[in-house]
Amino acid sequence: MLLARKEQERNWIVKLSALGIGAVTVMLLVILGDKGTIYYSFSAESIGFLMFFIEMVIAVFILYLGIKYKNYLVISLILIQSALMLYFEVFYAHTIDVKYSLFIDQFSIIMALIIGIIGSLICVYALGYMKDFHEHHKELPDRRNIFFFVMFVFISAMFGLVFSNNLLWVLFFWEITTLCSFLLIGYTKTEEATNNAFTALWMNMLGGVAFVVAILYLASQAGGVMGLGEVLVSGKAIVLIPVVLIGFAGLTKAAQLPFSSWLVGAMVAPTPVSALLHSSTMVKAGVYILVRLAPIFQATFSGYVLAFIGALTFLLASAIAISQSNAKRVLAYSTIANLGLIVACAGIGTSEAIWAAVLLIIFHAISKSLLFLSVGTVEHRIESRDIEDMNGLIARMPKIAAVMVIGIAGMFLAPFGMLISKWAAIQAFIDAPFGFIFVIIIAFGSALTLFFWAKWMGRLLVIIPKQENLEKSIDSNIWIALISLAGLTAITCFIFPVISSTLIEPFLLQTYGSAAGLSQDNIIIMIMMLFMIVLLPLSILLPSRKHRHLTPYMGGMTTNADMSYYGAIGLKREMKLSNYYISPWFGEVKLQTLGIYICTGLIGIMFVMAAYAGVII
Amino acid sequence: MISIVGFIAFILLAPVIGGLVSGIDRKITAHMQGRVGPSILQPFYDVGKLFEKEMTVANDTQRFYVISYFIFMVFTGALFFAGGDILLVIFALTLAQIFLVLGAYSANSPYSHVGAERELIQIMSYEPMVILAAVGMYVVTKSFNVGTIVSYTQPLVLFLPGIFIGFIYILTIKLRKSPFDISTSHHAHQEIVKGVTTEFSGPTLGLVEVTHWYETVLLLGFVYLFFAFNPVIAIIAVILVYILELLIDNASARVKWQLAMKSSWGIAAIVGVVNLAVLYYIGMG
Repeated sequence: MLLARKEQERNWIVKLSALGIGAVTVMLLVILGDKGTIYYSFSAESIGFLMFFIEMVIAVFILYLGIKYKNYLVISLILIQSALMLYFEVFYAHTIDVKYSLFIDQFSIIMALIIGIIGSLICVYALGYMKDFHEHHKELPDRRNIFFFVMFVFISAMFGLVFSNNLLWVLFFWEITTLCSFLLIGYTKTEEATNNAFTALWMNMLGGVAFVVAILYLASQAGGVMGLGEVLVSGKAIVLIPVVLIGFAGLTKAAQLPFSSWLVGAMVAPTPVSALLHSSTMVKAGVYILVRLAPIFQATFSGYVLAFIGALTFLLASAIAISQSNAKRVLAYSTIANLGLIVACAGIGTSEAIWAAVLLIIFHAISKSLLFLSVGTVEHRIESRDIEDMNGLIARMPKIAAVMVIGIAGMFLAPFGMLISKWAAIQAFIDAPFGFIFVIIIAFGSALTLFFWAKWMGRLLVIIPKQENLEKSIDSNIWIALISLAGLTAITCFIFPVISSTLIEPFLLQTYGSAAGLSQDNIIIMIMMLFMIVLLPLSILLPSRKHRHLTPYMGGMTTNADMSYYGAIGLKREMKLSNYYISPWFGEVKLQTLGIYICTGLIGIMFVMAAYAGVII
Repeated sequence: MISIVGFIAFILLAPVIGGLVSGIDRKITAHMQGRVGPSILQPFYDVGKLFEKEMTVANDTQRFYVISYFIFMVFTGALFFAGGDILLVIFALTLAQIFLVLGAYSANSPYSHVGAERELIQIMSYEPMVILAAVGMYVVTKSFNVGTIVSYTQPLVLFLPGIFIGFIYILTIKLRKSPFDISTSHHAHQEIVKGVTTEFSGPTLGLVEVTHWYETVLLLGFVYLFFAFNPVIAIIAVILVYILELLIDNASARVKWQLAMKSSWGIAAIVGVVNLAVLYYIGMG
């Protein structure tokens, strides 16, 4: 792909690989979906050495970048991390023997489906988008070959991550996703992009260092337990400290407060990158590892603190989203908020909570990628990503607006995915110890999410007559991705009981010995509602009574259909409406600062409690 | 656990009861203000007249939103009276409400736009308290099913006094009564004309009115749950609560949305947290 400089060639390579990846993941589901956990052994030594070698190459590369851009924080972090890795390699590597380096179970398959299907669709979309992107930004060098190469490396690393049992392998893929996101965020090489890429880099490297420390601890203190499966069955007292360290790495990658700013900063990247980071890769790696380790967090004080960090992030990020008018920033904060909810579920760690967490991961990935991709498409047509400029989009770009409305509805309305998951989360928290605190936080947080989604939806659906249609120039690759994702948003709501019973519940049974789910009655009612929502728009087509169109009321002023009127001294004025943002209450700086202080404190408490439980008891 | 009888009974009877409640409401309000007031059947005459009027719209999608608002409100109430899951009832109620808001947005009119924004603020204000009420009921009765909650043999209100007060507080918002009738009101003295309903007229406005009757019955059903151990007491309690709301409506002036939002969140946070914490402490959770 690096070599494919011609557009035609690249189109074919990307499409075929995307199709291939999608097909393989579906085959994986068909073949292994009901097999439970399968472990694979490898002669790990040579691969382990190869990985170490690549890691050192990456370290040198990051060191070079750090020196080139004079970023001392990154330099020191990479030096610490490399020193720790070298120390591990010299003193402990030969003592570690992980019998099975790879494994596959239902949760891995779910993740693989998300990465394979959504990730590939985003790559297909990127074909159309990047063409437009370079037509809009002639000043930027066209490095699309590198772009697509890194996108696919990113997706491969994610696959590696979800199938690795050996924690050393997990770390290896973990570091690759950090590097890929750094390269993609800095793609345009503008000053802002480079700065934000470095923010993402140092925050994630902080997590990387914690991960390495966890591995060193496991090697030196916990008798060299290095397989994910083995860690889960070791006693809580032994592995709690390394698990909390890895949990900290998960928090950085999942952009929880106080580390939320890297994900918001990542918005400078081209839209497919944002979509990829937010839906199927990167942040999902963070929550994936937390959900994997949830049985250890369950009923520990550190687990509750972790859950509290997630819940607080949910509340604050949802509040901040209200004050944002930039569509991509709204999406970013909503991602951070939903990840917070997943983290809260993982921290609680009961089987009901994990059921909710897995549903959240699935539904969030679909709806969020759909929303990012449609915002990106709109941005290239109206030259703005501001929600106010999307006023009346339904008249200008009816199909895109419809797709966006589906995506938004998927994020907060019954009977769509995210609401089902939130509901599951409420039910999970209510029975957990200290659960009522989390239920209260969800109750307030979801009221906030409702406000910012509904006002955005309302803006899109304003009817302004006689508008020019702007949709004609949209690339066919973009349509493929958008329509598939919109279809998936609706279909997953219909088939989620099947997903739950064939994939999530067996996974829970295996991990916890019990499974959760919604009752049959409620599922039937939800499906009835879904049918009603699908059928009701058709009512527009029904013949209606004779009716007359009038212009809206303007306090007695005579107006035209475009809502312009003659004001004082006969000047023609246009009416303009805009949404409430309530920034004095929900301002970004204020709430973020608050969140950073509280959550940093909480992370400190989490470590202290883990150390207390691990060392003293 | 779904009772078909409850489902159908609500669909058929709720508009009759809701309309009568609205008529009695106007009568009592008139007496409080020293007027004679209209016949208690007046709301039915009004709606009948609205349906005879010419259909005028700002755009064609409005009709869709109002019909969806109506259908989902009826569905929500029917689900409640059929004994369904109370959380699902709350979510469906929100969905119905969002359709009304979207209808107001779609008109591209300044008054209905401000109404829509305020309506969203109102939803944001009352939603946490409603969810906490459902959670409180679950903590006591161990079930989210309205059917199970209603057959709980002890008075729920004794376990949930704080949550009950909080619920009464936000009920003022839901019933569109002063001091919280900020997005639209029953009276003709609204500073934003008729808020969300400004651009609905004739049959569509009639449908919005009927939907509100359904909603009123649903909300009174919610109040009933707090006293469900004894149906007679429960019905008296519901009547008293409604009269209390009328008294508040007539005795207070409309407040700004900031105060509505702050106070309802404040009350929900205080009574919700304290009440739930006490329940957990005494071991119900």
